[in-house]
This record gives sequence, structure tokens and C-alpha cells, in this order.
Amino acid sequence: MTIHQLSIFIENRSGTLIKVLEAFKEAKIQLIASTIADTAEYGILRIVCAEPMRACEELKKAGIAVALSDVFALQLDNKPGSAADVIKLFSQAGISITYIYTFLMRGKGILVFRTNNTDLARKTIAENNLPYIAEGDLAEWA
Amino acid sequence: MSNYFNPEFETLTREQIEALQLERLQKTVRHCMNNEFYRKKFAEAGITPDDIKSLADVRRLPFTTKQDLRDTYPFGMACVPIRDCVRLHSSSGTTGNPTVILHTQHDLDEWANQVARNLWMVGLRPDDVFQNSSGYGMFTGGLGFQYGAERMGMLTVPAAAGNSLRQIKFIKDFGTTAIHAVPSYVTRLYEVMKEEGVDPRRDTKLKVLAIGAEPHSEEQRRRIEDMMGVKAYNSFGMSEMCGPGVGFECPEQNGMHFWEDYYIVEIVDPETLEPVPDGEIGELVLTTLCREAMPLLRYRTRDLTRVLGRTCPCGRNHVRLDRMKGRSDDMMVLRGVNIFPIQIEKILMQFNELANNYLITLTTDEENDNMTVEVELAHSTDDYAHLQSLEKEIRRRLKDEILLTPIVKLVPLGTLPVSEGKAVRVVDKRKVYQ
Ligand SMILES: [Zn+2]
Repeated sequence: MTIHQLSIFIENRSGTLIKVLEAFKEAKIQLIASTIADTAEYGILRIVCAEPMRACEELKKAGIAVALSDVFALQLDNKPGSAADVIKLFSQAGISITYIYTFLMRGKGILVFRTNNTDLARKTIAENNLPYIAEGDLAEWA
Repeated sequence: MSNYFNPEFETLTREQIEALQLERLQKTVRHCMNNEFYRKKFAEAGITPDDIKSLADVRRLPFTTKQDLRDTYPFGMACVPIRDCVRLHSSSGTTGNPTVILHTQHDLDEWANQVARNLWMVGLRPDDVFQNSSGYGMFTGGLGFQYGAERMGMLTVPAAAGNSLRQIKFIKDFGTTAIHAVPSYVTRLYEVMKEEGVDPRRDTKLKVLAIGAEPHSEEQRRRIEDMMGVKAYNSFGMSEMCGPGVGFECPEQNGMHFWEDYYIVEIVDPETLEPVPDGEIGELVLTTLCREAMPLLRYRTRDLTRVLGRTCPCGRNHVRLDRMKGRSDDMMVLRGVNIFPIQIEKILMQFNELANNYLITLTTDEENDNMTVEVELAHSTDDYAHLQSLEKEIRRRLKDEILLTPIVKLVPLGTLPVSEGKAVRVVDKRKVYQ
């Protein structure tokens, strides 16, 4: 029910971002979504991609430290308020969201997020029949 | 096989050591009269070799400094004719003349004996394989360990520094059991092993590391031991004395034995030059007792350390000195506070989240000196809050140690400059006001 997201610690001057993108290019792995949360000094680059496990290996080979984390990726209806409806289900279940970002895949809105309680989040998704993206979908959707 | 390479001298009692030192000091001082520089110095101090009647009389002798070596460049400190010398080591001079150290064949033999004694002391035997991953050339860590390891009877691989992939291949193919390298290079080697999927515990026969030439903290040593899964022993050397071999840790790992049959060891207050009591930190001052080509009397090493004891469960009664606290030259004075890089390292090594590489930069803004400590994160993370609390905790512990709050910057693994020789830890970009 979760997918692997790559998290890469980057510092603003050190050129890590370019190194990361080059490594993806070299390995011919498609980036699906990315986001950078940053402060003045450093940031965490979060990436959803096709073949995350292979991407992780390739980055390590290129000397880039990377962390893998499990995140949820839910498919949204293309109508106003659909994200709000989904988030509300989680907050009602007492789950807090650590971070969230969205992207479009094949014309569909995708909501990526991490929570403080993965088990409860799984349960909420199952009970509400929310359409989610599985890791296997990534390669084929990309 | 004996626990000692050279039992006769290693197991002397304190009385025997001191009697031997007096005899050798008298001989050395008489030998120094062959040299004009020393004759002049003795005349200025109003002493002659006959004035050395007890070991305490060593304090009547004038100090020798690195500046003396520069001033007498290249051969002004020789006490034998140059044709009797067989080796010369020179240190690069960043300021002024370089320094030259001359050796006779006898000096080289005794140097090799000291190194052999050390390697035997930490459990190495002739069937071990010793890989010397240290710079060669003028750097004494190369030839010094080479000849010492050969003297001990080990198969010795002069791998030199750098080319980590080849080093790892040698370690595996030759069944290397011991490595000598500077500590920052050992951590580099480990990182490359990790990238290559080589586990030092599983894939190598390593059992001993000799690390030295770079001041390092107890924390860094423990970290190196954990990484490599072997014991790491601290080695002290300086080219002025010969090179490596002067002092080395025994299996107790409680200070380095300095070989008092070869040297007189004094610890003095760097300001007053008076001796400090055992246990107190001061500058290490060494007098050579066996050197022919270039004996040095009361040489001021600039290294700061203290006496830990003069006996040891290992059976050697040669003085034990604490790891070097840094060099008086390395001391940074920031807003009136004295700081050594090793203090910073000690704190950084307490954090598992941090890798081994760090860089201290000193800058001046409008009115103040500032210190920035950049340190590599060992792993990436998805957790922001943790990074922020980590930074805060590093700052807090550094402040407790050095009494001022540096700027702490976390940087990704592999982004600070790596050197394959001695690591550069401090960059001073301050304006100099004079
Ligand atoms: Zn001992």
C-alpha cells in the first residue's frame, strides 16, 4: 500500500542536486515527482520515481547518501475539494501528516504523504476504499 | 615467543633506565662538541660536557628549536662528517628554509629497531603481513615503518598512500594482517570498502592498525576500531627524532610508551619552560640519546601532552604519555579562548549521525572572529526535525567544550575535501590585525 520514496540530504552549494539528476539520467530511471524542503543551509530532496530500489543502488554507487522511506500515494478525483476530503479522513482517525505534496500522473492528481502512524493509515485507506498507487505501478505509469 | 622484541632494554627498571640515560646523555653531549652550533650554545650557557653529573643536569642544557634547524640549513647541525651520513630527510618549509635531518647507518639501524619493537609490542610476529599505506618519499612514515617492519621480519608491502581500490585488493590478495596509515586515511579506506561491499571483518585478515602522524581523539580511535573490527594503536613520531618509533601504545592502550633508552622525555610549561608535574599538560621536549649524525638536545616538539605513568602492566617501565592534545602551533585563539581542533573532533565523534570528515573555518565579520564547523552526515534522512535538533545538540556540546558557540553546518557525505595524506582540518580566513 506504500511506495518507496528516496530522501536525499543536500546542501545548497555542494552541487548534490546535479549529481542526483545526473545519476538518474545515467541509469535511465524516470523521475515521477520531486520536492525540496529547504532552509538557508540545506534541504531534503524527496523523489518518487520508477524503480526506486534500483535508483537507490545507483545513487549509492555515485557516492550519494540516500534514505528510503515508505510513503502513501493516493489517487485523487479531479474535482475541487478532493484532497481536503481525503485528509479529513486521516485527521478524524487521529493520524497526523508529517509532510505532503501532490503531482499529476497521466492526468490524475496524486497525493503523496507520510504520517506518524503507518498502520492506522493503512487501515483508514482500506476501510474507505481509497485508490492508491502501489510500487509496481510506478514503472508502468511513468 | 617472547612478548618483547628487545627484552633487555624494554624491561629495564626505572633505576636502570635512569642510569643508562645518564651514561648516554654524557656521551651525547661530548659528541655534540664536534659541532660548531653546539659549541657556541654551550659557551653561551657557560657549560661544558663535564657539568653533566646527574640526569637532572639535562636542564642546564640549552633548548633546541625548529628555528635552529632552519637557521643551520642544510648541514649546520651535523655532528659527523657528511660523508659518514647515508640518508637525509627534509621537511617542507612553509615558512623560511626547510629542515634537514641526517642519518648514519647506525642511526637508521636504531630507528628500525625502535619501530620493530613497537610492532612486536602490539602482537605482530614475523609471519604477519604488513601493508604500509603511508606516504613515502621525504615523509618518514613511509621508510620508517618499511625498515622497521622488515627488521621485525614481516612481509612488508610498501603500498604508499592513495589509490584505495588497489589498497583493498592488496589487503585481500596478500592476506594483509596489519596496516599503518594516518587515521583520516583509514576512515577513507573503510568508506571505499563499504562502497565496494568489502567487510573488513569477513573479507580480510586484518588484526592490527597503526595510526599516527595526525593528532586524533580517543573517540576517533574507537570509531576506527569499530569500523574495521581490529585494534588501532597510536603511534608517535617526528622526523626530527628519526620518524615513527619514538612512542607507541602497548596492548593496554593507556598512553604511549616513549622509549627512554633512546630519549630523555621532559614535559615543560611552554611559557616558563619549567618542568610541570606528572599529569599536567605541557610541551614535550626530547633529547636524543643514540643519534650519531644529528643529536638534538632538549628539542622543543611543540606537541602538548602529559605524563600518565612510569610503570605499566605490560612490564615496560618506559614513561607513558597521553595522546597529543594538539600542537602549540595548531592552537586557535578565538575571542581570547584557546581551542585545539582535537577538542572539536572529540565532540563530533560522539554523534553516530555524523561521518568522520569535518572542516573548521575561521572568519572575521565586522567586529568578531567566527568559527564554522562543517561536518558530513553519515546517512541521508527523511526527517527534518531530527536534523534541526541534531544541529542544536552539536552546537550545545561544542559550546560546553570550547566555551563559545560555533556555526554548525551539516553537509552531505563526500562533499568536504578529502586528502589522502594528512587531513586539513582548519582553514583560517581571518584578517590579521597587528
Ligand atoms: Zn605498557
